[in-house]
Amino acid sequence: MRYLTDRKRAVGKGASGSGTEHFWWMTMSSVALAFLVPVFVFVFGSAIGGTQAEVIAHFSRPFPAILTGLVTLVGMRHFAKGAQVMLEDYTAGTVRKALVITVYSLSYLVTAMVLYALGKMVFMSTAAQMLNQ
Amino acid sequence: MAETKRVERPLSPFMIGPYYRVQMTSMSSIMTRATGNALIAGFLLGAWWLIAAVSSPGHFAFVNWIVTSWIGWLIFAGMAWSMWYHYLTGLRHLWWDSGRGLDIETAEKLGWGAFYGATGLTLFTLIVLWIV
Repeated sequence: MRYLTDRKRAVGKGASGSGTEHFWWMTMSSVALAFLVPVFVFVFGSAIGGTQAEVIAHFSRPFPAILTGLVTLVGMRHFAKGAQVMLEDYTAGTVRKALVITVYSLSYLVTAMVLYALGKMVFMSTAAQMLNQ
Repeated sequence: MAETKRVERPLSPFMIGPYYRVQMTSMSSIMTRATGNALIAGFLLGAWWLIAAVSSPGHFAFVNWIVTSWIGWLIFAGMAWSMWYHYLTGLRHLWWDSGRGLDIETAEKLGWGAFYGATGLTLFTLIVLWIV
């Protein structure tokens, strides 16, 4: 008698090794971005053209700061996983591994840069407010 | 063990032209991938600009000059079109995933819809941002 079910023996045998996890993650993040991005385009776009002080004041307000942070976090992961599929379609072996690692690194670097900038903007405008009091 | 014969076959995008006719469905699919990946350019410029805003005034003046010049305008206008196109074809994917709209006629209409829709939404975005 075989104690393993058919399903149990099939899990992990597919080409992806992770079932439909990648596809489902892209579906979830695309729905999130569908709500976030249209608002973000206008929030980001309206800051262009301001002075340095105006740009800092703009992005240190709660709504633009949280929205920009969310779009960057979700958007950069969505980009990395999407670009990964493109690379997996057209490259193989070590080149593929190197390119996927590069794209993942780039997306995390951009995420860290934006979060750092947003954090420092909030800090700078809070400090400016305290000095004015 | 029998030797596995490797047959050199052309990969998907290189089939178009000599083997496959150029069609709305294949073109809109390629464009979805192209626009999605192109968006990294806008994100890099945007991230650089935000970093510059919290560094020295000289650094900000330099990056802000690029962002507000015609080069920056061209990049962000291109990014707006890419974003809206990728957005609309992304919605198309979500609709397809529900098992609907998969017949050729609908798929082709949605392809043109994404193209014209992205152009219209980009103009709308640029006009709103120009007024505000």
